[in-house]
Amino acid sequence: MTALLRLHGVTAFYGAIQALKGVDLEVNQGEIVTLIGSNGAGKSTLMMTICGNPRARSGEIHYDGSDITQLPTFEIMRRGLAQSPEGRRIFPRMSVHENLLMGAYGRAPGEAAEDMERIFALFPRLKERLAQRGGTLSGGEQQMLAIGRALMSRPRLLLLDEPSLGLAPLVVRQIFGAIRELNRATGLTVLLVEQNAFQALRLAHRGYVLVNGAITMAGTGPALLARPEIRAAYLEGAH
Amino acid sequence: MSARPLAPAAILRDAGLSALVAFGLFVALIGLRLVPTDNGLALEQRWRALLAIVGAVFVGRLLMLGWRAWRPAGAPTPRVLAESIRRSARWVAPLFLLLALALPLFAGRYVIDVGILVLTYVMLGWGLNIVVGLAGLLDLGYVAFYAVGAYSYALFSTTFHFGFWTTLPVAGLLAGLWGVLLGFPVLRLRGDYLAIVTLAFGEIIRVVLINWTSFTGGPNGVSDIPRPTLFGLKFNGSGDPDTFAAFFGVDYSITQRFVFLYYVILGLALLTNWVSLRLRRLPLGRAWEALREDEIACRALGINVTVTKLTAFAIGATFGGFAGAFFATRQGFVSPESFTFIESALVLAIVVLGGLGSQLGVALAALVMIGGTELFRDFAEYRMLVFGIALVVMMVLRPRGLVSGRVPSVSLGKPKEIAADLVAQGRG
Ligand SMILES: Nc1ncnc2c1ncn2[C@@H]1O[C@H](COP(=O)(O)OP(=O)(O)O)[C@@H](O)[C@H]1O
Ligand SMILES: [Mg+2]
Repeated sequence: MTALLRLHGVTAFYGAIQALKGVDLEVNQGEIVTLIGSNGAGKSTLMMTICGNPRARSGEIHYDGSDITQLPTFEIMRRGLAQSPEGRRIFPRMSVHENLLMGAYGRAPGEAAEDMERIFALFPRLKERLAQRGGTLSGGEQQMLAIGRALMSRPRLLLLDEPSLGLAPLVVRQIFGAIRELNRATGLTVLLVEQNAFQALRLAHRGYVLVNGAITMAGTGPALLARPEIRAAYLEGAH
Repeated sequence: MSARPLAPAAILRDAGLSALVAFGLFVALIGLRLVPTDNGLALEQRWRALLAIVGAVFVGRLLMLGWRAWRPAGAPTPRVLAESIRRSARWVAPLFLLLALALPLFAGRYVIDVGILVLTYVMLGWGLNIVVGLAGLLDLGYVAFYAVGAYSYALFSTTFHFGFWTTLPVAGLLAGLWGVLLGFPVLRLRGDYLAIVTLAFGEIIRVVLINWTSFTGGPNGVSDIPRPTLFGLKFNGSGDPDTFAAFFGVDYSITQRFVFLYYVILGLALLTNWVSLRLRRLPLGRAWEALREDEIACRALGINVTVTKLTAFAIGATFGGFAGAFFATRQGFVSPESFTFIESALVLAIVVLGGLGSQLGVALAALVMIGGTELFRDFAEYRMLVFGIALVVMMVLRPRGLVSGRVPSVSLGKPKEIAADLVAQGRG
């Protein structure tokens, strides 16, 4: 296996505050990798730094064999990364259809129609709600829309930031099922940020634990699940 | 606003409280007045005026709450009213267009002149709407681009004797270029900061126009700007073969020029409208709207935020430039006085009153604000007062503008309008 995404010693700052303290991380082609950590650990910052916003202060980010550390965000996203950001961030006043089209920005309209069909196959609910305003969807539907919108750019690597946030367990299972299905059927590589460590580690091939801006543990999903520190810190009463 | 009816006692108490607030507000503002006398200033007491104001507030509040409590069953609620306004938009817009097209057939010179003025502001409103309404960039210096357009035509025509139709695109282009020049450094700013910088830019342009006397004529402006021609035919009474009257063998009347100008600005305004509507349906226009909704999401989707904002700024500025060139040719004279901040504020008020992003709303707002003040010319000194009251009333009754629904720009089936009260307030 070759690494599709490789971070080496990545640091990032918000003004004087250091949010990432030298992160090393690899995501191989075709893998689902999860990044778990408590609130404020820097998970979202890491996802955004991969996309160049904020830019890494030091360290290197390689994607598909080339250095993307210094590229502007829109250049990075054009290379086959897509992110479904934390809090979903769908466009509330725009319809589901328009939201999806925004994901295909800069691509030919014909291709967009094709991709949309693929997304409807994955999330039939979105097709039913096509004309509905994004802001009036339920939380689960909004998450489906956020993932669908990210998929509209035909990414090779999908960055998912806390897709389970605020969703009912049944809906979370549905979303995670869709992620597994996507990975299995199309070989899509996924980097998944979660606080819901138990389910994330069961879904993922491998996982990393981020504490205070630094990786403290790494391993396969089952291996991490078996570690007592993990059970104590992230799984207590979680299931 | 929730309309939970109140009991009579509660209504009375509420009205009394409002009256008390009004009293506190106006006791010094209206009740007392300094008048100069032979030996210094004297305090004049105007309790009658104060009483009238406080009484008006009391009765007004009483009526308002009373209406809410005992509204007849069939009376339309604001929401139903808004719904019917929105539904009627489908035939109101074509009706207005027909009226606008036919106006010179039955109206006199004065009305046509007012029409020209209104249409100029409709065009400015639609142009600014691209920037503020669609892209969500608060631009308080729009008049700068209007000025660039006006001076472009004024200087090109008086110095190089370029005609109106040749210079029009140049004026638009120059204004657009200034839009890019201004936009590039400031578009990384957000909200309030952007507003302040654009405000300053508007003033800078005006100050440059005043002080660069050798180029712009300074405070005296540029005069003897040529009038536009119809395929080379002039509008004057000289009887020369290249005048409109002589060519068509009709008697000259000054109304002909007004009618011509009217149709020119109508065409320009409709062009602005057409381009805005087209753009809204293109990915670029959709990106503007998305940008207004959530900039971070746009970044995450790989949209080049700077370029997208810049195009909105430049296209809005271009239409401001067109309008400016028209203004110059209509007046025959331009001076920095025409491009003060109040013009920017007026156009912005039109856009906000009309409902950010709504084409019909902007046109109606321009008609009301410009046509209205023109009709009530005798009350010119109260203009700002009426303005203020109108804005406050709007904020209370229709906080999202006259026409605040939003039709999706793509749809597979029948387009469904999204009700205004479901439309979330934009986030800073
Ligand atoms: N825009 C920002 N400006 C300043 N500090 C920020 C910003 N975003 C996040 N932070 C800080 O960076 C740290 C990491 O935050 P974040 O990446 O959101 O954590 P997580 O996603 O793991 O909960 C936190 O201490 C947070 O307060
Ligand atoms: Mg986070």
